[in-house]
Amino acid sequence: MPPAIALQDVHKAFPGAQAPIVALQDISLTVPTGQFVCLLGPSGCGKSTLLNAVAGFSKPDRGSISVNGKPVVKPGPDRGMVFQEYALFPWMTVAQNVGFGLDIQGLPKAQCQRRVSALLALFKLSEFAERYPKELSGGMRQRVAIARILALDSPILLMDEPFGALDALTRRSLQDELLRIWSELGKTVLFVTHSIEESIFLADRIVVMTYRPGTIKRDLVVELPRPRDPAAPEFNQLKRTLSDLVMSEQTRHEAAERHAFATD
Amino acid sequence: MRSWYERLAGLPLILGVLALWETVGLAGWVNPKILPPPHAVIAKWWEYLTPPQPYDPEAESRLSWLFSGELIQDAEGSLYRVLAGFIVGSLLAVPLGLLMGASPRVYRWSNPLIQILRPIPPIAYIPLSILWFGLGNPPAIFLIAIGAFFPVLMNTIAGVRAVDGIFLRAAQNLGASPYTTFRRVILPASAPYILAGMRIGIGTAFIVVIVAEMIAVNNGLGFRILEAREYFWSDKIIAGMLSIGLVGLAIDQVMSRLNNHLLRWHRGLEH
Repeated sequence: MPPAIALQDVHKAFPGAQAPIVALQDISLTVPTGQFVCLLGPSGCGKSTLLNAVAGFSKPDRGSISVNGKPVVKPGPDRGMVFQEYALFPWMTVAQNVGFGLDIQGLPKAQCQRRVSALLALFKLSEFAERYPKELSGGMRQRVAIARILALDSPILLMDEPFGALDALTRRSLQDELLRIWSELGKTVLFVTHSIEESIFLADRIVVMTYRPGTIKRDLVVELPRPRDPAAPEFNQLKRTLSDLVMSEQTRHEAAERHAFATD
Repeated sequence: MRSWYERLAGLPLILGVLALWETVGLAGWVNPKILPPPHAVIAKWWEYLTPPQPYDPEAESRLSWLFSGELIQDAEGSLYRVLAGFIVGSLLAVPLGLLMGASPRVYRWSNPLIQILRPIPPIAYIPLSILWFGLGNPPAIFLIAIGAFFPVLMNTIAGVRAVDGIFLRAAQNLGASPYTTFRRVILPASAPYILAGMRIGIGTAFIVVIVAEMIAVNNGLGFRILEAREYFWSDKIIAGMLSIGLVGLAIDQVMSRLNNHLLRWHRGLEH
């Protein structure tokens, strides 16, 4: 069976003020089906660029990306994306948002409705079915966005700092919900975050990226049994290890920003 | 909903202006032929509004008798022209605006021409409209359509261009084809701009109808106040102006209610 996601020597640069900014440099990464992988690093390390390339929103300059053995050429519902900004359609109700993907596939209305109400029940959103997104809290909006992706039954979930804008408690309960759904449905998850704790709490495997050029600095497997206790000594030991790795990249990021200001 | 107290807050100033106006007339400071006092204007307005003939059940129904007043007839004529011109202008502007907003190539081709034509006030088309369409409704509707066209067009282009890219990505990710994305994402996402453009457009249409009626038509609110000037009926001129204001206010209220209803999902609106 081909891996869920396979990247081979992926390279991507953006035009910069003086020299091109190398967001991804020779990235090779293989994610087997069902694995929960976190991409960890400071902002500007290319982790979102990597996710967008897998989603098919932007093409890499070199290298190849394939999903379940097929090369990625455009965005598609086999790789459901969850955005930090939710990206719910504000003119549609919660139920219409969740049903959008099914509706445009031409699924019969009754079937579509059944599937939507089952998903809304799963996320405890049934009573908000006819509300508009503006009436919901951030946590509920992100639940709707995840339900919208699950409606299409995508085997792969791409998540771009999905819980970054939420408060700590909401974040924690959504993390629990996501883990529950992941273990029940056996999805492959590629999850971008800059929170070390979040990555240890969630992932089977953490890929730490370097600040420009974006490369893979460390690829490590989290052996801790679930549910994970953030207060446990093993958790904290791993947190220290990752903290050292990420902070040295963060220092380079800050130095580069100061330099950019000085030469402006 | 606004409370009755807030609604009445503007009343003292209105009454004050009326009182001052009446005093100016009563004191004989100005010639009533130049500025008739409010009670004379209201009396004239009532005469203008009510049916000229007594009710005759043989000749007509009660409803048509009620609507036989000159003011009602004029308002009906003006509203018909406004709506016809506005619909023609919008039906041309919305599709073109959607196309120009969505396609940079179409925008590059057509924007220079639009920019040359847009600063020409609709009023400047009057001589041409009479040459082309003669007198009556056709030239008026042509002028009104031009007046409504540009605000609707410019707002539609801006609306399509302002659609947040993240909605397009989300739609693509969920498997939407370009056509589905256009119909189910770009169109509703730009609706707040398009409807705001229509509200401006119908306001422009109402300005243009008054001017058009002064020149090319022999009924309607605009025609009536110009006709009243020929007879030196200043009370009728002012009564006509107040009627124009009331009809304009009513049109804007209807548009605003319609917007609120269609955009009830929108962030900026309370309901």
